[in-house]
Amino acid sequence: MNDMTPIETTLKDWETDQEVRWCPGCGDYAILKAVQRTLPMIGADPKNTVFVSGIGCSSRFPYYVESYGFHTIHGRAPTFATGMKLANPELDVWLVTGDGDGMSIGGNHTMHVLRRNLDCQIMLFNNEIYGLTKGQFSPTSRLGTPSPSSPLGSFDRPASPCAFALGSGARFVARGFDVSKKLPEVLKAAHAHKGAAFIEIFQNCIVYNKDVFHDFAAPKGAEDQQLWCVDGEPLLFGSEKSGGIKGLSLDCETLALKVVDVALKEDGTPDWQAAGVAVHNVRNRGLAHMLVELPFGPFPMALGVLYDDPRPTFEAAIAEEREKASAGKVADLGKLLAKGQTWTVTEKDADHGLMD
Amino acid sequence: MATISAERDAAAKTGTASPEAVVVRFAGDSGDGMQLTGGQFTLSTALAGNDLATFPDFPAEIRAPQGTLFGVSAFQINFGSSEITTAGDAPDVLVAMNPAALKTNVQALKPGGLVIADTGEFTKRNLEKAKYEANPIEDGSLAKWDVLAFDISALTLESVKEFGLGNKEALRCKNMWTLGLALWMFDRDRTPLIDWLRTKFAKNPILADANIAALNAGHAYGETAEISGPLRKLHVDPVPAEAGLYRTITGAEAVSLGLVAGAQLAGLPMFFGGYPITPASAILHNLVKMKEFGVTTFQAEDEIAAICAAIGASYAGSLGVTSSSGPGIALKGEAMGLAVMTELPLVIVNSQRGGPSTGLPTKTEQSDLYQAVYGRNGDASLPVVAARSPADAFECAIEACRIATQFMTPVMLLTDGYIGNAAEPWKVPDPASYKPFPVTFLEEANGPDGKPLPYKRDARGVRPWIKPGTPGLMHRIGGIEKGIDTGNIDYAPNVHQTQTDARKAKVDGVAQGIPAQDVCLGDETGRLAVVGWGSTYGPINQAVRRARRKGMSVSHIHVRHVWPLPANLGDLLAGFDKVLVPEMNTGQFKTVLRDQFLVDAVPLNKTSGQPFAIAEIEHAIGTFFDGIPGHDEGEVPVNDTQLPSPEGKQN
Repeated sequence: MNDMTPIETTLKDWETDQEVRWCPGCGDYAILKAVQRTLPMIGADPKNTVFVSGIGCSSRFPYYVESYGFHTIHGRAPTFATGMKLANPELDVWLVTGDGDGMSIGGNHTMHVLRRNLDCQIMLFNNEIYGLTKGQFSPTSRLGTPSPSSPLGSFDRPASPCAFALGSGARFVARGFDVSKKLPEVLKAAHAHKGAAFIEIFQNCIVYNKDVFHDFAAPKGAEDQQLWCVDGEPLLFGSEKSGGIKGLSLDCETLALKVVDVALKEDGTPDWQAAGVAVHNVRNRGLAHMLVELPFGPFPMALGVLYDDPRPTFEAAIAEEREKASAGKVADLGKLLAKGQTWTVTEKDADHGLMD
Repeated sequence: MATISAERDAAAKTGTASPEAVVVRFAGDSGDGMQLTGGQFTLSTALAGNDLATFPDFPAEIRAPQGTLFGVSAFQINFGSSEITTAGDAPDVLVAMNPAALKTNVQALKPGGLVIADTGEFTKRNLEKAKYEANPIEDGSLAKWDVLAFDISALTLESVKEFGLGNKEALRCKNMWTLGLALWMFDRDRTPLIDWLRTKFAKNPILADANIAALNAGHAYGETAEISGPLRKLHVDPVPAEAGLYRTITGAEAVSLGLVAGAQLAGLPMFFGGYPITPASAILHNLVKMKEFGVTTFQAEDEIAAICAAIGASYAGSLGVTSSSGPGIALKGEAMGLAVMTELPLVIVNSQRGGPSTGLPTKTEQSDLYQAVYGRNGDASLPVVAARSPADAFECAIEACRIATQFMTPVMLLTDGYIGNAAEPWKVPDPASYKPFPVTFLEEANGPDGKPLPYKRDARGVRPWIKPGTPGLMHRIGGIEKGIDTGNIDYAPNVHQTQTDARKAKVDGVAQGIPAQDVCLGDETGRLAVVGWGSTYGPINQAVRRARRKGMSVSHIHVRHVWPLPANLGDLLAGFDKVLVPEMNTGQFKTVLRDQFLVDAVPLNKTSGQPFAIAEIEHAIGTFFDGIPGHDEGEVPVNDTQLPSPEGKQN
């Protein structure tokens, strides 16, 4: 996020004249719209906005946003973003990556951009599959995923992007999904965070991994499996329809979160205090670790801003260091070249071949 | 001592000999501080007004086991009163701090040369480690040379006794004692070194005093020792030099300064992305200290991140620079392709070392030429500039910046481990003497309807540079083939054909703006052209000079612009009957020359990790003159005019 004068734009202003070339029904369309909806909300300025991507279906994203854009090479988007941001900290940089691009070939760079805390938004579209190369299992594919390169089912265990991000030192971790109406709010929070903001966006690959997130990310009817985490609010999910409101409570014996039933008060509101439901605190790193590790099934999918606790950014530290190192120094190239121990040969010396 | 015989008589009278040039090699354990000793001796030599060239040769291990053959670290310096272009072939003086140092270096010493050995280190155990069955100082196996052996360790301990250092710390002053002796031998002033020691040990005055005491003791030993024999004071006359301000400079320093100067001439801030690798790290270490020149340095997580960040910075309007050595350059290959495709300026410095793979990290080679010229997927041509010497690296770095920014292209600058580490005197240039090449960014739409056309090329085929942050010029670029003018994704057959041709034509066009290839020594036509590039400049130049003195029709051509080649080079080569290409690889530039000019270039290759000796090239030149009267068998007399002759001693 940058301290810039908000610019008034509409969704239309962020559309390019390029034909969008994702498969019909791909979750990427919904994410693109969510982003184009978010940019006017945050007062983003097209001239200072840069979308940077690697390689993969999601990485075509920059071509469809009317801002500056750089479609780079596989897995390396964070490194290009680092150079841009260090060269011009005024730029508002959005990274678009996927589970293959950001967690496999580019896992290293994802780790380092997070630990350095470069001010940018990192949107990792997780569809648990390699789409652009026609359906091989990815580093987030579930155990046993059948694919062209694993006909009998994959046997490498999946990595968890948000747990990876926290482990790398991320100061902002959030989750959303493609067709969620709440996605712009999540993106807005990511943009408001000064520093590297990591957003895992579950995205439906209609062709190679259709509906793997259906249980919590279906356009309709999966709401009860979603735990939307809001700072200062109790961790509640479910409804009467799904067998009553539930909440997450800390089990002090196992030091783990557990699901508890929440009764309704006379006024119809949930009596979460009585059930011992924990209150979400975006600055609680321990809680964030527990939320990203919750196994889906026994637990709902934790969504929204899971962690948000800013620290000084990388580019600010670099700028500060440069300022300190240059303080009181004049950039005199002639002096720089003549640094160190020098000696002078006079015309007379040169004529006679003697110097002393 | 090795001196020219005519001067021996005069020297005998005064006790001072005056050879034209002397080669000294300091060799010891990698923990003995030999590089430091050599570096300081270099400085004092430069201050004495001698021309010089150095060759540091050290092991890849940080601290190899003590006393072992592979742990020997050496530093060679050639200095003299005429122009010096190489670190010298065979040393005149070898300072051997232990048996292993003697064993690995003595064979290189000229017959009749001087060995100075520290007997304190010639213990049974050290002799065994060096695989000596008997003590070479005593068994007569060094008869070919003058040997001056005495207990430097004991003398050092004695000289620093009063400072109460531990035995280990006291022995660390040995290198300063030896340096003191060397300074006496070559009539050098101790003052700069004493000043330097005071600064270096400012926080520990006792260590400063101890080192200075050792330095003075070594000097005094030379002055007062009763052994006259081989240890005679030598005075090498200063070299006649062009008037001006001078300093010593290593290739790594010259590259760093050249990059800063280049960025200033382009009017741009510089962004440097690097990942530690031998022997390229020194450039990062230097640039970190130049922040006030708008330099941002970034130590990346790997080689790929280093180049990609530099490309990102170029995209954002800085001059992106990255630097590495062969293995790291290999990792950067894909990103270079992106810089070619997106047509962004970028300078890639390759300090070459022996390969393949990890190869010889601390030794020199020129075997990355194919990698530089051809080493990317797709038709990804980029300009390549090669520095010939430490000082030349300054000019080449500026040239690389100029081409990168003026042609919107990545440029590779080749140096090597030898150039990077070696030092030579450098006449400090006046920055105002360089013509600026300011960059202009596109500020207004260049297409119809107020739209930007990021790939609309100018007459030279160069696209505009558009910085993000510029209002109204938003556009997208990437590694996918681009539509003509618009830069939008376009895979159409005619588009790829057109853009491939345009990228190639643009890089080929760089040749129009570079100086015509000159002949640096000899005539423009003749029997033999010796064509080199990079750090072979010194030995080729000396070898050609000697051959010409013997009347051979041979010229030296040294190519800075390795790609694209200077437009006149083909015609120039056609003026010679034969072309010889000495290279520290298996014949890479030879292949390029054959390909570009259909010329029958003959290779002369060396891949030992050591620079060419002058004599090796001289011999190869000689073979082209077999059967020509006066040049039988390409014979090369042992005596030569550049280095002092050992003949006097042998007689």
